[in-house]
Amino acid sequence: MLNVLLERSSPVPGSPGVRGLGATSDTWHPMARDLAAAGARLLSLWVDRQPEKTAVIAAYLCDRAVLVIQSRLPANEETYPGIAELFPCAARMQRAAADLTGIRASDPDSRPWLRHAAWPAAYSPLAAPNEDYRPAGTPTADQYPFVRVSGDGVHEIPVGPVHAGIIEPGHFRFSIVGEKVLKLEERLGYVHKGIERLFTKTKLLEGHRLAARVSGDSAVAYSWAYCQALEGMSRVAVPAHASWLRALALESERIASHLGDLGALGNDAGFAFGIAQFSRLKELWLRELQAALGQRYLFDFVVPGGVSRDSDRDRLVKLTGCASMLAREAAAIRTIYDEHAGVRDRFAGAGTVTADLAKRLGLIGLAGRASGQDFDLRIDLPCDPYGELAARKYVRDEGDVAARVAVRFDELLESLRLVSNIATHLPPGDPRVGIAVPPAGSAGIGLVEGWRGPVMVALSAGTDGYVARCRPHDPSWQNWPVLEHAVIGNIVPDFPLINKSFNLSYSGHDL
Amino acid sequence: MWKTLHKIGSIGIVTEPAPAADDALRVAERLQAEIRRIIGRALCIRQVDAGSCNGCELEIHALSNPIYNIEGLGIKFVASPRHADLLLVTGPVARNMELALKRTFDATPDPKLVVAVGDCGCTGGIFGESYASAGRVANVIPVDVAVPGCPPSPSRILAGILTAITARRAPSTSGGPELR
Repeated sequence: MLNVLLERSSPVPGSPGVRGLGATSDTWHPMARDLAAAGARLLSLWVDRQPEKTAVIAAYLCDRAVLVIQSRLPANEETYPGIAELFPCAARMQRAAADLTGIRASDPDSRPWLRHAAWPAAYSPLAAPNEDYRPAGTPTADQYPFVRVSGDGVHEIPVGPVHAGIIEPGHFRFSIVGEKVLKLEERLGYVHKGIERLFTKTKLLEGHRLAARVSGDSAVAYSWAYCQALEGMSRVAVPAHASWLRALALESERIASHLGDLGALGNDAGFAFGIAQFSRLKELWLRELQAALGQRYLFDFVVPGGVSRDSDRDRLVKLTGCASMLAREAAAIRTIYDEHAGVRDRFAGAGTVTADLAKRLGLIGLAGRASGQDFDLRIDLPCDPYGELAARKYVRDEGDVAARVAVRFDELLESLRLVSNIATHLPPGDPRVGIAVPPAGSAGIGLVEGWRGPVMVALSAGTDGYVARCRPHDPSWQNWPVLEHAVIGNIVPDFPLINKSFNLSYSGHDL
Repeated sequence: MWKTLHKIGSIGIVTEPAPAADDALRVAERLQAEIRRIIGRALCIRQVDAGSCNGCELEIHALSNPIYNIEGLGIKFVASPRHADLLLVTGPVARNMELALKRTFDATPDPKLVVAVGDCGCTGGIFGESYASAGRVANVIPVDVAVPGCPPSPSRILAGILTAITARRAPSTSGGPELR
């Protein structure tokens, strides 16, 4: 069935590996069923509501392609067949789309998701381009209908939105007996900033700056995915020098993030030595990036047509030296983690997601690879220059905190190797080429494997050089619901550790 | 255990000197001698992400690394606003966080200080004001010191925190305020 659908689809010009296919309200659900049966993964689902047409769109990850199915809704139709029973992760995407566009799925869970009490249900931010709702005074608290667990000795622990640590806001509702978690229900949307609507007020050639700020820890991944989509629409080929520097930046972002997480995971297991060492190493890496590429966090490094700043030979040699030092140090600390009975005891068997469950729920990215989900865009659907870089993929089956730590260690060392490789073999050329505004009506998809997992940006061009619709998609959409399953049966004090081992994005999800 | 001790011993102390307070970051004159007397140099901070992209949080995290070693200055991050002297607030304030931020401010005992961090916290930044964003932190709670940057470096954030707890420099003073 997959082959039939792929054969009927046509390539999306300028977006390599991406194929498009039209659907109707009648074929939308059967196609999803066929794709689910063929083992495809849902990458993203969103609604594009324009004055002249409304479409519900789903991007599916098939073996070696991304299939984008677009179902145009008949005029005045505001409902489409939901696909959450086929792809559980679709549920929240459908609810979010309903909050923002007023177009609903037929699935039973129709609770609002991103909309709390700040704007009324009648206001659809993405359906009213000229009407910007402003609340009068501070929004009130709303009463979200959490699923209740009842029984002898069951009680609830509400946590958040303001958390105890320095992390993003969100609400967790635990139902527990004694110390054991019976159920966790997440409630997100607290950092919804109206990014998708803001994109429609943004010029196409400036949208990369907003994309970089969808989730600050994945700035390179988002700005690159945005630029990929844009460059495909403008038919611009980025010089090899620039695309290699983009890969250098993306791997550097992965290194910084993994260094931070590996330290924090040690800390959450009660081993303060880990965070002291890894946060020191992370700082050294950020300073080296500042010297080599001009920024600690590479927010506006990837720009349309290339990169904003070139680097020189000497700086890159120093960066390579730092990468070798980090590889040695990280390997030494890994041995200490592995040999520490207390750390091992906390990591092993905590927050387990079996490969079966991971597949059924659509777990993706780094957490997916720790639960047997063998997919990495850099290897399976490589954009330039990953075809030449020969990145290695690390997959484990255990699916517990220990596996997610192990995948991070492996990927950290691999990214350090890649950075040295890129810095040594960087092809000469221009860091940036000129780019024209893509024609109105053109559309493209950008795909980049960020440190958390696949980041997608779907972009379409409007008139006067403005964005018509931009959908940035974070792998956290897939993985947040899986966290609810990962903690079942664990004890409450292990939640911070399990949560950190996923380290999902709130901002990238809440948009 | 030997490897752990060897590592600790071989790295030694890597902490760098703290930056000086910077009056340019000051936006309000709420500080009185009394506040400083009460808070002194042992400061408890509650960090509140009111809608940031998480970029500023990464640099706030860095303050706790051994190189900036904020705890070495007598400053620590606490888990509850009720234990806090200072709120360190990031982000444009998402409308969905507006109430939570106000409640956090109200739960913080007086006298209290607020430092807004990042371009978004200072002005609303790229997100501005909309149906979903209330813009800068000062639109929702009073702000004493604002630290611009996207994200600001750890030393700028630290300078902002130290500015909040240091009296405005007298115009006649030639040297900077003493921080230790």
